[in-house]
Amino acid sequence: MNNTALILLVAGVVIAGFIWNLYNGLVTARERIKEAWSGIDVQLKRRADLIPNLVETVKGYAKHEKEVFENVTKARSAIMGASTPKQAADADNMLTGALKSLFAVAENYPKLMANTSFQNLQRQLEDTEDKVAFARQFYNSNVLDFNTQIKVFPNVLLAGMFGFSAVEFFEATETEKGNVKVKF
Amino acid sequence: MNIHQQIAGNKRKTYVIMALFVLFITTIAYVFGEASGYGLAYGVIALIFSGLTSFGSYFYSDKMVLSLSNAQPANRDRDYDFYTAAENMRIASGLPMPKLYVIEDEAINAFATGRNPEHAVVVATRGLLSRLDRSDIEGVVAHEMSHIKNYDTRLMVIVSILVGSVALIAHFFMRSMFWGRGNRDKGGSGAFMIVLAIVFAVVAPIIATLIQLAISRRREYLADASAANLTRNPEGLASALEKISADNSVLSTASPATAHLFISNPFRAKEAKSWFTNFFATHPPIEERIKILRGM
Repeated sequence: MNNTALILLVAGVVIAGFIWNLYNGLVTARERIKEAWSGIDVQLKRRADLIPNLVETVKGYAKHEKEVFENVTKARSAIMGASTPKQAADADNMLTGALKSLFAVAENYPKLMANTSFQNLQRQLEDTEDKVAFARQFYNSNVLDFNTQIKVFPNVLLAGMFGFSAVEFFEATETEKGNVKVKF
Repeated sequence: MNIHQQIAGNKRKTYVIMALFVLFITTIAYVFGEASGYGLAYGVIALIFSGLTSFGSYFYSDKMVLSLSNAQPANRDRDYDFYTAAENMRIASGLPMPKLYVIEDEAINAFATGRNPEHAVVVATRGLLSRLDRSDIEGVVAHEMSHIKNYDTRLMVIVSILVGSVALIAHFFMRSMFWGRGNRDKGGSGAFMIVLAIVFAVVAPIIATLIQLAISRRREYLADASAANLTRNPEGLASALEKISADNSVLSTASPATAHLFISNPFRAKEAKSWFTNFFATHPPIEERIKILRGM
């Protein structure tokens, strides 16, 4: 009688400890994702902040390329207005595409290409693009950790009960995916 | 092997080596204690001694190494690739931004130090920054920041405390033998212990150093693999290593005391290839590292 009570008590403590540990682990992992997301957000905003300057500089040499400017500006406001990772990813992909055509257009204006502030802006944009890519990589690896944690047994039995659900990845565009040099 | 298996394998091997090391030290402390009649006091005294002398190098590793190697803070405009590569790797790894320094020397080399990520320092030579292209620099910076992330400075300090205490134990023992303080009148097993202890006193410091070097090499492989995981571009680091191995200039500000910190041995000009010299090297052979990186 006493023995059974003791065994039950020990089992209860072990299970409670496991649940406590699991819950705190999942909360920590989810907070890390939020932090990683703010890392992407900072870089997206920084990138968006460079756009007005860029548009002004290019306009000085290529007034007639209205459509290109409109697309870039539209993508920029989409980034500023994005509230979910999915929206931000779409807006970011839109901006990448719009910038690509803007730089393609710029090729036709040798004076613009020689302008130092244009070159400087181009360099800064390249830099923020790299940073967005690395921030995305960090974010996605955190999301992967979290999603794996809530899907493995026995965590899967409890994660749903506590209201933990899988988090979406921040997806790259098709062209960016094509640039990945390493296979895993 | 893919990157994740590489990382897991390297970590496992470090644990195994560390466990063997602790076992080894316990054994020799026991043998010396038995042979001299002082018991375990030996080991404890040696550990405390060695720990005290290494304490400074642990806490002030960043400042000490910097003043030794004559490095100047990096500048975002002048050292743009170095600076932005470090920013990118900071983002990719989730670490705080390390302090960046440049050594004005034409040799191609780099190192990292600091007891934790908050006190981390990454140093590159001018030669590295001017002769390597951007993706190479990114690979090198990722390798250095991986050392920080893996707490290699801390690990190597612990290891050198252990190595130091082995040398001290052996030294104490030889002294006490010389002054004839050991209890030699034990007969049979006592005499055997004394002979064993003398052999150990000669061999142990060498073995301890070899273990230290093995751990150092293992951590280099681990940092290579983690770097590839950060940049997702093992080729960058592989090509940087290729350029480093083709460069024969010796870094004048490096000393044997700081050699193990660098991405490749700063005195490597005459690097031999036999298994015996590899045994005594702080770094694995560069060809081997390039081969593993290209296989990822």
